Amino acid sequence: MPEFSTEAQELVQRIIKRYPEGKQKSAILPVLHIAQAEFQGWLSVPVMDYVASLLKILPIEVYEVASFYSMFNLKPVGKCVIEVCRTGPCWLMGAEDVVHHIEKKLGVKEGETTKDGMFTLKTVECLAACGSAPMMQVGETYHENLSLEKVDSILNEYKTNTKEHISHWDKKHIKK
Amino acid sequence: MGRQLLIDNINQTGIHTLEGYRTYGGYQALEKALRMKPEDIVAEVQKSGLRGRGGAGFPTGMKWSFIAKPPGVPRHLVCNADESEPGTFKDRYLMQRKPHLLIEGMIISSFALGANLSYIYIRGEMMAQFHILQNAIDEAYAAGLLGKNILNSGFDLDLHVHCGAGAYICGEETALIESLEGKRGNPRIKPPFPAVSGVWDRPTVVNNVETIAAVVPVINISGEEYAKIGIGKSTGTKLISACGHINKPGVYEIELGVPVEEFIYSENYCGGIKDGRKLKAVVAGGSSVPILPAELILKTAKGEPRLMSYESLGDGGFATGTMLGSGGFIVMDESTSVVKNLFNFTRFYHHESCGQCSPCREGTGWMEKILRKILDGRGTIADIDLLWDIQGKIEGKTICPLGEAAAWPVAAAIRHFRPEFEEYVKNPQNIKDVKHYYRLNNLQEA
Amino acid sequence: MAKVTIDGHTIEVPTGTTILEAARMIGGPIVPPAMCYYSKLKTTGGYCRTCIVKVSKGSEKDPRPMPKPVASCRTTVMDGMEVQNITSPDLLEARAGVVEFLLLNHPLDCPICDQAGECHLQDLGYENGKSKTRYEFDRREFEPIEIGDKIKLHMKRCIHCFRCVKLAEQLTPERFQGMLNRGDHSEISTYIKHAIDNEFSGNMIDVCPVGALTDKTFRFKSRVWFVNPEDAHRNCSKCAGKARIWLKGEEVLRVTARKDKYGEAIDWICNECRFDKKKTSDWVIEKPTHIDRHSVISMNHYESLKDLKQDVDKQQKQLVNKKVNLGQGALNPNNSI
Repeated sequence: MPEFSTEAQELVQRIIKRYPEGKQKSAILPVLHIAQAEFQGWLSVPVMDYVASLLKILPIEVYEVASFYSMFNLKPVGKCVIEVCRTGPCWLMGAEDVVHHIEKKLGVKEGETTKDGMFTLKTVECLAACGSAPMMQVGETYHENLSLEKVDSILNEYKTNTKEHISHWDKKHIKK
Repeated sequence: MGRQLLIDNINQTGIHTLEGYRTYGGYQALEKALRMKPEDIVAEVQKSGLRGRGGAGFPTGMKWSFIAKPPGVPRHLVCNADESEPGTFKDRYLMQRKPHLLIEGMIISSFALGANLSYIYIRGEMMAQFHILQNAIDEAYAAGLLGKNILNSGFDLDLHVHCGAGAYICGEETALIESLEGKRGNPRIKPPFPAVSGVWDRPTVVNNVETIAAVVPVINISGEEYAKIGIGKSTGTKLISACGHINKPGVYEIELGVPVEEFIYSENYCGGIKDGRKLKAVVAGGSSVPILPAELILKTAKGEPRLMSYESLGDGGFATGTMLGSGGFIVMDESTSVVKNLFNFTRFYHHESCGQCSPCREGTGWMEKILRKILDGRGTIADIDLLWDIQGKIEGKTICPLGEAAAWPVAAAIRHFRPEFEEYVKNPQNIKDVKHYYRLNNLQEA
Repeated sequence: MAKVTIDGHTIEVPTGTTILEAARMIGGPIVPPAMCYYSKLKTTGGYCRTCIVKVSKGSEKDPRPMPKPVASCRTTVMDGMEVQNITSPDLLEARAGVVEFLLLNHPLDCPICDQAGECHLQDLGYENGKSKTRYEFDRREFEPIEIGDKIKLHMKRCIHCFRCVKLAEQLTPERFQGMLNRGDHSEISTYIKHAIDNEFSGNMIDVCPVGALTDKTFRFKSRVWFVNPEDAHRNCSKCAGKARIWLKGEEVLRVTARKDKYGEAIDWICNECRFDKKKTSDWVIEKPTHIDRHSVISMNHYESLKDLKQDVDKQQKQLVNKKVNLGQGALNPNNSI
């Protein structure tokens, strides 16, 4: 069975304490986020079973939850998951251009991962940054007011500097 | 510009810290509130006329008064920070810049409701703000503003921030409660209402971020003073997040009652339509509310100026009016295709339907497929009528309001822009020439 | 106690009774159809929306009508409440809409489905639906999966009623299946290949209103209307042993729970009784099963069902014109919840 790092285990225990005794199931969403941070950005069956054991719940309860929420990846992803907002206001401001541009640049279609395992391109629904549309998210970072040039430089930056998987729950918040 | 009660001093450096927030008068309302009786705080909120800022506009004081108080059963306050309604980004802005305003509001409101364990449910995508809030909460604990015996008042409160993981439906209060309990975000069947049986079957109040934040100025200036701001039953100030084809998108705090025309064209607010184009339509309160064409958003059917208030935006019902909703103000210029925009919204609701009840699970996907067909140039007039019929069969038949949220945009787009739909159907060859949206930097084909 | 009037029938029921249960106490054509509610399982109901009714008067205290149709299975009656079901054309139209939604992605593979003839979705479509679908797109597809060696899951036939999930929670020691994914992609699944095998797992076949969960030991053996159901019992250490055996000649083709007139199991039966006792000698036959529901099994022929449908229509029309007060005498203690 996979196991969290010591820091992550301590963090999980602190999080469980935020809920009344016996209600540790409540911690499932934060714990699954931490699991993605600890295990290459996605949730395998052994990882979900491990989370079930940590929270003392049935594995099916974890599968049900993990498959419901769109931020959880049930398949492996690239080190850097680009999530481009596609909804209304971003679309009004050219989100489709952003998606097409990234598709062309990376040679992948929406939902796919580049062969080198560096990038996964996803489109997502409204990320509540409509005033700075179009925008995209990588990990916890919002990249707003995008232009195609800006997208290029952001992608280059990630390509050069990404050493390990970037997750929504950034590792720096686990190590602390 | 009117009074600013929420985003005042928001650009001051350090206002996100406890020290900075206190420099600008932060936590004075809490000190005042802790000297009051909880029921007096509820009364003050009732007097203020404050209405839920998440979209439904239900009077907050009344909602608070419904909370059941069975002896020995803990009660909870949960802040709904699952801001996901397309066009809405006010709460994220507020939490990013002034996390302590929300925390102060949470402490006061929890005290008023007799809750000793409260949560802020923030959507998972806002991880950055999640950690900002966590840091602010840590600061508040260290300063004795949270925990046992807050400021020697004898009141104890534990406040935690909880993150979601990508599900619009969790903005619905009972889905949010399910999600907080660690389950799928399936809305509950009501009754029982959360005020009687909410999180862990305990009495629970769920309030939007802006609503909770507004409790702070209500206490500071008194409910009576707060009620003097605004117009009629639309009291106080409201955060409007303006976006789309305007010159100055962003979050604006308005005194309710500002004319829509002023809001769109004044340099104090949106600054007019981008590139000098003409206004075509506005979705005034987040994607769920009916879209209105320019002539109806600026003036009511009676020819009176339309105001930014619950009542004025609702004037004329859905035939000619709309809703203030969450304050997500989406502006579309003349180049926008209403049909394609509707497809986009419908795809959103299809994607976000939880799948629990049949009309929404099946109907949202069906509407998306028909709109796709129309966009592809294969639609018929009968398809437009079918869309109209389907939305009517979803509306009001579902467990939660997502059914309405999905149905209303379809109904309104057809109601006000039917000729445009017919054009797509009759002359599909022209579709390619329609400029669907604002292209980035006016670039050539991507 | 609370007095409620449904389509002109007034009945007094214990406080806390749902509109649907009150309607069942009255009985007859005014009973709303229910696809997900199951009186023997807690917290079922509310999902399928077929049992919606119009509340034209909220209560004596607050007579305002309810703004939207409500799920009668999850709404409790209030004293003085007035409800319209078959007397409201709008409501029947709304229900036809719900039926259309339920059938939208249903494969309509009745000719090869073992449930045909005793399928609640068939009945629902026949009684409350429209003759034509307006859906022209591809339907959802799922590969059939085996849940152990006795039960087959055809997810594409599922209407998301949640009954099997609640049954697993409330009747079996551990739940292995659940609702996965979201929206119209959601499916009943174990996620990983997992045999569901415990003494009472077979009951999920009985609670499934459609042919999503079927008995593999009966698979393709016979259409149900060619089989003779008999009430029978045996001494069983695991369950009450009261079952219904389905005979073709001397052969027991399948065993199910005995069901009431709303298709609900009266007693749960164990897997041994259901799957392993397939000889007539295993059972003490009591009597031929009386099937009082207007199902294909009892009618043998769809034509007869059509007659019945006309009869129901006639009764509906009469009801609109005539208020029948059944009073307290119609209270059936067996039906109270």
